Amino acid sequence: MLKVRLIPCLDVKDGRVVKGVQFLDLVDAGDPVEAAKAYDAAGADELCFLDITASHEARGILLDVVQRTAEACFMPLTVGGGVRTVEDIRRLLLAGADKVSINTAAVKNPDFVREAAEKFGNQCIVVAIDAKKVSGEGEPAAWEIFTHGGRNATGIDAIAFAKKVAELGAGELLVTSMDRDGTKGGYDLALVRAIADAVSVPVIASGGVGNLDHLVDGVEKGHASAVLAASIFHFGTHTISEAKGYMAKAGLKMRLDKAA
Amino acid sequence: MSVVIIDYGSGNLHSAAKAFERAAREAGLNETVTVTSDPDLVAKSDRIVLPGVGAYADCRRGLDSVPGMVEALQRRVREEGYPFLGICVGMQLMATRGLEHTTSYGLDWIPGDVKPIAPSDPSLKIPHMGWNTLELVKPHPILAEIPTGPEGLHAYFVHSYALTPSNPADVVATTDYGGPVTAIVGRDNIAGTQFHPEKSQTLGLRLIANFLRWRP
Repeated sequence: MLKVRLIPCLDVKDGRVVKGVQFLDLVDAGDPVEAAKAYDAAGADELCFLDITASHEARGILLDVVQRTAEACFMPLTVGGGVRTVEDIRRLLLAGADKVSINTAAVKNPDFVREAAEKFGNQCIVVAIDAKKVSGEGEPAAWEIFTHGGRNATGIDAIAFAKKVAELGAGELLVTSMDRDGTKGGYDLALVRAIADAVSVPVIASGGVGNLDHLVDGVEKGHASAVLAASIFHFGTHTISEAKGYMAKAGLKMRLDKAA
Repeated sequence: MSVVIIDYGSGNLHSAAKAFERAAREAGLNETVTVTSDPDLVAKSDRIVLPGVGAYADCRRGLDSVPGMVEALQRRVREEGYPFLGICVGMQLMATRGLEHTTSYGLDWIPGDVKPIAPSDPSLKIPHMGWNTLELVKPHPILAEIPTGPEGLHAYFVHSYALTPSNPADVVATTDYGGPVTAIVGRDNIAGTQFHPEKSQTLGLRLIANFLRWRP
């Protein structure tokens, strides 16, 4: 039986792991390769590196960090942040990424998703959807896509965009609530569920995890195939194995293999 | 002993090579692992690995675009009988045909077609992406010391198509995703995994070590 994936995310800036509260106010949380190795040994199901400032500051992508991680960790690695061209994707895949996450470039030009999927296969193209709730009390729920780490509104409806990029060839969607990210208040479950139920590809819930129940909720109530969290793991609030054990006890099918 | 991982423009092979090196080291095996697109090297190696990611037709074209590679593979693997491991699309290329987008032809080492996976439960997501257990169909040396079944170790899958051999005897293991999906095929000196052993942590490193010890 296919298991629920637990994915620690390393937000990386200048080659160091950081975790922002709502993408601002960064706190240094260590060396990405060392963190990746620790997560690998702890039984993380995948790793995610997001270069959170690359698309804003046009910073180069983290090829060296990716390469050193891929040499040491025999588990799937997703890398995103500042991916704009087919050449960016190729470089990341050649450095050792298994999947590449596209955000702003997919919003600006959805056909880029098709081009990337045709070139490299759907399985390695993740579209990262950063959304904020824009509906008021009593209105039907609606979310809008934001880019550049939550700074730029686009006017694009998140659910419609999710369907579109899945049809264009995204193999997976990483759905982050900009309202919840860094708040520790839990995922925006209505957002995650609306997207997960609307597309046939796997959805990763992201943004807002503060306790282990939030991870369970992401799957049970959000219908996500995988759950992503950052700060609860970076700062040692919970370990990966503790989280997986908790999710298994809650009735989710988890991979509890001992690490190599 | 020498292992070659064939480079035909299909994704990153550096980390795959590192996984083979680590598995060999941990198993106490003295193996040189080379990533190569040189058919002459393939023709001299003791073990051959064919990886592959992306679309079937692209991978087939990529393999054909390396002059002499298919011939070297046929000779070293099929005629001389050296151990061969196909991974993901590399495994699918062992089939007769791939029916992804268009019909393209594989190596026809394991008769059968590569078709879209069609889970009985329509709510199951495609691609089949993540960690799944294996159901043993017939014992095989590459699965030595690897627990299978619902409580067994997990392998990392990411695919939307799967190989269905026309001869069920070629199936070594399946995985359950709304019905059985071929996970490992094998006959004679050739084997293939739909999942990625180089991304499958404990199970993967054990399977790679078993492949390196395999004397078919």
